[in-house]
Amino acid sequence: MRETTVLDALDRAIIDGLQGDFPIAERPYAEAAHKLGTTEEVLIARLQNMLEVRILTRFGPMFQIERMGGAFVLAAMCVPGTDWDRVLGIVNALPEVAHNYRRESLRHLQGEPTSDNSADLNMWFVLATETPDGIGVAVAAIEAASGLPVFPFPKLKEYFVEMKLEVLG
Amino acid sequence: MIVADEEIDRRLILATQNGLPLVSRPYHQIGEQLGMGAEEVMARLSNMLERGLIRRIGAVPNHYAIGYTANGMSVWDVPDEGIDELGTRIGGLDFVTHCYHRPRKLPQWPYNLFAMVHGGSRTEVLAKVSEIAALLGGHCRAHDVLFSTQILKKTGLRIV
Repeated sequence: MRETTVLDALDRAIIDGLQGDFPIAERPYAEAAHKLGTTEEVLIARLQNMLEVRILTRFGPMFQIERMGGAFVLAAMCVPGTDWDRVLGIVNALPEVAHNYRRESLRHLQGEPTSDNSADLNMWFVLATETPDGIGVAVAAIEAASGLPVFPFPKLKEYFVEMKLEVLG
Repeated sequence: MIVADEEIDRRLILATQNGLPLVSRPYHQIGEQLGMGAEEVMARLSNMLERGLIRRIGAVPNHYAIGYTANGMSVWDVPDEGIDELGTRIGGLDFVTHCYHRPRKLPQWPYNLFAMVHGGSRTEVLAKVSEIAALLGGHCRAHDVLFSTQILKKTGLRIV
């Protein structure tokens, strides 16, 4: 993955203008290109290129798979540094673990002592299972294998989810 | 053989979750691949959009590559009564990409409102977090920001 990539005005217009509302039509690229002031061929070539260099991770429908009956739950653990690799191996080996991030509290990063408990929840992952029951099974499996508690944070209410971000700078 | 609607939708998801074909008539190509007409592909995708099964169709940028090198999960302890109104206001800020009410885990975790903030640097993220703090005012009893310091796994959410 390139850290910095030079994007020209058309690339930016494509990224900023095409994060949603892609037409469902016979020739959708032609329609979208017209709005962006370019041609179907150029738009397809630009998308192809931005996917290849990983400026775009994907181009297509974003599904909300929960609506198909599956379940997604954010969960976190306090993993001691000395035990990090062992626990990471256990968690990442589960196919139900979709995303996993190391997160550190601001206070922790600023070097304050970690008496505050939230600083200790340092491994955050999303469990994705075909049925809601699968979440509890996965949590129990991680707890049994690691010997550490897993804290599930199911969403009680969603106020907003929109991963549309404009190109910065 | 009669194939249930749900199974057809599942096949459509499988065929498109990695992306749309980059060809002039992508829905026709998907139809050929699945043995159905392009009209049916388009009708089903439109229907899934209406039902919310598809959030949107378009480009998914790599946040790092377009400048968002810092992301902070800001977490807030606000009164449960009134959290919906506060959550809706925080979710309406243009720099918040996800906003949820989640359960507290007392005594370890007093926070019940989660708002994800993206920015070009941690300083920028913190400035945005301050805006949230100002907006919450006296409703906020405690808050924290957890920065992602490492991606440990990223497979994407998909059906198999």
